[in-house]
Amino acid sequence: MTPLKVLTHTATSCLGQGRDAHYRALTEGRSGLRENDFTRAPLATCIGRVDGLESAALPPRWIDWDCRNNRLAWLALNQDGLLEILRDLRGRLPAHRLGIALGTSTSSIGDTEQAYLELDGRGRFPDTTRSRQIHQPHSLSAFVQRATGWDGPVMTISTACSSGAEAWAAAARWIEQDLCDAVLVGGCDTLCGSTLHGFASLELTSPRPCRPFDQRRDGISIGEAAAFAILVRDTVECGNDGAPDLRLTGHGESADAHHMSAPHPEGAGARRAIEAALQRAGLSVADIDYINLHGTASRLNDQVEATLVSGWFPATTAASSTKGWTGHTLGAAGAIEATLCLLALEHGYLPATLNCEEPDPACGPQFLREGRHAAIRTALSNSFGFGGNNASLVFQRSAE
Amino acid sequence: MTTLRIRGIGVWSPGVADWSLARTLLANGDWPASGDGRPAPTLMPANERRRAPESVLLALAVAEQACMEAGVDAATLPSVFASIYGDLSINDYMCATLRDDPSTMSPIRFHNSVHNAPSGYWSIATGAMAPTTSIAASRETFAAGLLEAACQAVDARAPVVLAAYDSAGAGPVGDIASVSRSFGCALVLDAAASEGPILRIEARPRNAVASAGDMAGTASGIAHLCSANPIAAGSIPLLASVASGVPGTFSLQLSSGLELHLELTP
Repeated sequence: MTPLKVLTHTATSCLGQGRDAHYRALTEGRSGLRENDFTRAPLATCIGRVDGLESAALPPRWIDWDCRNNRLAWLALNQDGLLEILRDLRGRLPAHRLGIALGTSTSSIGDTEQAYLELDGRGRFPDTTRSRQIHQPHSLSAFVQRATGWDGPVMTISTACSSGAEAWAAAARWIEQDLCDAVLVGGCDTLCGSTLHGFASLELTSPRPCRPFDQRRDGISIGEAAAFAILVRDTVECGNDGAPDLRLTGHGESADAHHMSAPHPEGAGARRAIEAALQRAGLSVADIDYINLHGTASRLNDQVEATLVSGWFPATTAASSTKGWTGHTLGAAGAIEATLCLLALEHGYLPATLNCEEPDPACGPQFLREGRHAAIRTALSNSFGFGGNNASLVFQRSAE
Repeated sequence: MTTLRIRGIGVWSPGVADWSLARTLLANGDWPASGDGRPAPTLMPANERRRAPESVLLALAVAEQACMEAGVDAATLPSVFASIYGDLSINDYMCATLRDDPSTMSPIRFHNSVHNAPSGYWSIATGAMAPTTSIAASRETFAAGLLEAACQAVDARAPVVLAAYDSAGAGPVGDIASVSRSFGCALVLDAAASEGPILRIEARPRNAVASAGDMAGTASGIAHLCSANPIAAGSIPLLASVASGVPGTFSLQLSSGLELHLELTP
């Protein structure tokens, strides 16, 4: 594919607000995970919670869109000058050529759950929430379209834990097929009862901070995050001279065709997604400097992914999971991990796999237990989801 | 502008079990006011069919019909699943269970609650490992799904199956939804084929209130279906044009600034 320029990017998660907060947390060794203090009913697990959303109501003109998920999206849009860049492009390019492709698994379901606690005497949603636009998966992208005035194609991608990565693939197709000059891409997922109790019902949550690729790993820690980036075609003047030239150069998607909530035992679908992304980028495994692994700390995922990466990539490829820092942010995982790959390319710093003290024997020399500085050019991000939906992305930094 | 061929179609709605019946009904400007039954995709084993949520049955039933009519091997096709709500009945179950006793949540209902559940069941049932996605876009969901499927068909240079569906809801969340009647349709779209109705697709800046594609003024049974399910409102004009053999031009809103201009030559 034609490499597509990443004009800018940002993330907000339990690690903080904006790119620098994330870089600082990763280099200073600060995880964002804490004991669960979110669910109404007790649940012994750890979470990656973004502080302050409860009091961060949207501006009054968007009252119909107010919910935890859109609050987090709005908070993230306000970091790193993203809104100003969106406004600048809105002023220079036809609005109908500015697209929005966002991934989410939860969207606003947390606020739909809340409405069930407040039903009126007839068992219906109270008037305060009936008329609102949030009780559907598209709530996120529809709100972001209103908040940005980007009036081109708009779509919510909801493929569970690969949503935020599949959004990048959709955005790339829109630019490649000349529908858009620029696409706001990313994802936003927030803590809610459905996912916390749902993953607990599958016995997939850990009672302690998750330990990706550790032999003693016993499940995931769920987090919340929003991450956005602007993908543009080359003819768009960027005005960010001096910033590193970062590009999306490959994307690959696949299905496991195996099981609704367990990965293919040999990672056949994951391999296919990675191969498709590499092929689009015109690269081989030997060209990949860094992999941000899916690495959820579930028994099965990490076993399959460790075996796949160890047996396929050379020892010169470094690989880590960042779930021990942010938690598993589900529909936003592919989006925030794209940002973490872009940060690795910008700063030349590869984050550690936090909490991996006794690595699974399946882990090869690629697996990073400690963070380290290394000037890299090529990063791969893996996202694998329920339903067996897989997506991999390749990002590259051009030689200056 | 993209030109595609429609190689196969699938339809299900209460009282309308397949495209063959839908085609006759639409050609006569007719649609039943009500009907019974559950969609029954034959590629799912009977025991799985009994347990599967209606949205999954609906999506798989129409996708299967479209692939059969197209004569393509479903295992090789990229797929796009488009739905406004996913499964409102499961949403209702999840929210009510969280309210009443979260510790009793069913793990199967939870993994069936993901928006991409039909995509997962489809890939498992057909063995398809090709790219698959699941999207939502409010009332514009059919238009967004059609655009995504067209993009994938051009990108893959291969036929793609689009399934667009929403099943009627239940409980308080169903009460406020824009869907009150189940409807699903599927299209196998192919940029390289030389047979089948020709569909030309172009995204255009939106000038005024889109009127084409509005089924007001059509036969009451069809108008009622379209008012009860936005997926039907988006797709029925196109399906009716194929059914009647009369060329048609439609526009479907994609966003406040963009519409999808469609020209169909049966």
